[in-house]
Amino acid sequence: MAQINRIHLSNNKDKTVLKKIKDIFMKNIVTIIFLVLCLIGIELSGLPIFFVVSELVTRLTRNSFLVLSLIIPVLAGMGLNFSIVIGAMAGQIAIIAVTHWGVTGIWGFLLCVVLSFPFALFFGYLTGKLLNKTKGQEMIASMILGFFANGLYQLTFLFLVGTVIPMKNDVLILSHGVGVRNTIDLSGGLESTGIKYALDEIWKFPIFYIIIILCGLVLLYFGIKLAVDIIKYRRGNKKPFMNNCVKYIFNITVCLILLVVSILIMTGDSSLSMINLPMITAFVIVILCLFNTLIVKTKLGQDFRTVGQDKHIAKVSGINVDKVRVLAIIISTVLAAWGQLIFLQNIGTLNTYGSHEQIGMFSIAALLIGGASVSKATVGQAILGTVLFHTLFIVSPLAGRNLFGDAQIGEFFRAFVVYGVIGISLGLHAWRKRVELKNKLRT
Amino acid sequence: MAETIRKITNSIGLPRIIITLFFILTCVMAVLLELPIDMLTHQVLVRIGMNGVFVLAMVPAILSGTGPNFGLSLGIICGLIGGLMSIELNLYDGWGFAAAIVIAIPIAVIVGWVYAQLLNRVKGSEMMIATYTGFSIVFLMSIGWLIMPFKSPEMVWPIGKGLRVTISLGERFADILNELWEFPIGKVKIPTGLLLFFFVCCILVWLFLRSKTGLALKASGANPKFSLACGINVDKNRITGTILSTVLGAVGIIVYAQSYGFFQLYQAPLMMAFPAVAAVLIGGASAQKAKISNVILGVFLFQGLLTVSLPVASSIIKEGNISESLRMIVQNGIILYALTKVNGGE
Repeated sequence: MAQINRIHLSNNKDKTVLKKIKDIFMKNIVTIIFLVLCLIGIELSGLPIFFVVSELVTRLTRNSFLVLSLIIPVLAGMGLNFSIVIGAMAGQIAIIAVTHWGVTGIWGFLLCVVLSFPFALFFGYLTGKLLNKTKGQEMIASMILGFFANGLYQLTFLFLVGTVIPMKNDVLILSHGVGVRNTIDLSGGLESTGIKYALDEIWKFPIFYIIIILCGLVLLYFGIKLAVDIIKYRRGNKKPFMNNCVKYIFNITVCLILLVVSILIMTGDSSLSMINLPMITAFVIVILCLFNTLIVKTKLGQDFRTVGQDKHIAKVSGINVDKVRVLAIIISTVLAAWGQLIFLQNIGTLNTYGSHEQIGMFSIAALLIGGASVSKATVGQAILGTVLFHTLFIVSPLAGRNLFGDAQIGEFFRAFVVYGVIGISLGLHAWRKRVELKNKLRT
Repeated sequence: MAETIRKITNSIGLPRIIITLFFILTCVMAVLLELPIDMLTHQVLVRIGMNGVFVLAMVPAILSGTGPNFGLSLGIICGLIGGLMSIELNLYDGWGFAAAIVIAIPIAVIVGWVYAQLLNRVKGSEMMIATYTGFSIVFLMSIGWLIMPFKSPEMVWPIGKGLRVTISLGERFADILNELWEFPIGKVKIPTGLLLFFFVCCILVWLFLRSKTGLALKASGANPKFSLACGINVDKNRITGTILSTVLGAVGIIVYAQSYGFFQLYQAPLMMAFPAVAAVLIGGASAQKAKISNVILGVFLFQGLLTVSLPVASSIIKEGNISESLRMIVQNGIILYALTKVNGGE
């Protein structure tokens, strides 16, 4: 009998482990599919690893800030904020003005940051007001609002600049004196005219050194923690060690592997050791990550979360729901404006009527690929998503050409994936919500 | 007095009044600038016929409770496939046009059914998911256009793979409806066949909405819970509405293409749903209610405004395309306005 019981128990245990694995798998299905797609893509494209990694580092520092700007509205239960496009417009307004005034380099960049702030604040306020009127349909409203704002933006820069807004500049304005040119070069020839690489070029450092240092620090941290727990274990308090044992071993192994690989790369004659990380840009992104995680600990962050979970409960407990929602959108819009500045200082050319259009779509797709959903998003998901999304970006045209003999197929596939992943994530979310609602009604 | 004015403004909606006034203003401007009015009238009539069926496609979707059909591009793609098959079969004139529609409809029914299954599972967020389903299918089909085994030399690139970006209907069935029973009033040519086709479609939908199925469809859209209690199968009605909308989208693109003279493949259908949504909303529909009169009025106002404002704007400001920015503002502004009237969330 006891034996049967034991078998039964172990069976049960197996089942829970299996179920756990299945649960983890199902929850991260989008991310896992993308990981596989990326690996297949890298293999098919036949691109050298050096190219993929260096391109990825550039794109990661270029886009992460924008992706991270999406997190706070998700926290506040407003879904994915497609109207970061409007924040991007605020950034571009600042860039056009600063380029017109001829302020270049880091000072130009800082001026852009300062100048875009009031614009983004104002736009964010209006967006928030509108989204409060369309509760329950925030995402479609913010998307259509992006299109609408794009119309106003075009009207302003094609027809009002030079007629209503006085501006004289042969380089920026079209030859007949009305309207801003389609592309604005931010770098210029011999003498710089814009803010290209204003932030990136300040300080660059080989990325694998950074990884070595970081791994060292993390190892040290876990080493100390482990030591403390072992001492506790010896003294008889077995709980912390037993609980955290697997986690420690896993983290330490990952760090060690990374460390060894990095050291091998740096000591070997691989070209990978030449890849540099723009330190200041990375630093700014890290600060934003910290901001996003630390804000949850403040009163404001708790308000965001309460509103996100249930508007009614929040209202009853004395939170001004509408105000909190407007604030969330304002923060997101301002961050998006700055994100667009980082994006453009890296690209080096401003496409006056196009640079901002795809920002919302691509950032949202990246966030969702990282495993985020409409109601939950973390910093880690944002970074992971950006990495996966841009890997696919780099490899898909070549992979398409090698697989089907046509680079276009790769690009169409990529676009299909971008739109598809947004559609599927939104669909899954809506479906889960309905199932939950049904279950709630039944009990 | 002020009270009654406010009441009227509220019932019609401020944006609609602005758009109507704006339309009248552009018409007056057109007369003052001595633009060729007869040409413009002809163009407005053609544009109404071209886009009318798309706008009509919104009605069954809205009434069945799925909201404006932002995924109209699915129907459009079905129509494109029908049209391409008709060319592949080497059919001309009326036969070509009819064959395109006949082939497109069953495809649209199947696609519409699958699409409706999706929409039934995501109640409450249909608009957003419809938009993204439409977008992703357009790109999936872009791959499809590249690898589909069509042979007709009119459609495939002479060198390389895949179908052309635009496929001319010049000798097939271009203008087949426009020139059917065309007659001039003064200098204005009336595209009788085209308008007749549009009105016949309107009447068919109108009749359908008065049939037993149509009434059930309206009821389940207007109040799903009440309908469920009455024994109406809400999900089934939503499926019917979505299928009908997809079929009308498919027919719409064939009518559109015969007037335009080309089939446009690849990214062309991507944004086609939005003007249609905007038109029906301008006509007085909301995200829950729509009538055939909204369709006719809306397509007249919106397409009329677009057609007339283009020459007016370009004769005032020579450079650039100001009417394109204007279209974006009007089109998305009215959709936003309609969204603020949706009672969701709370």
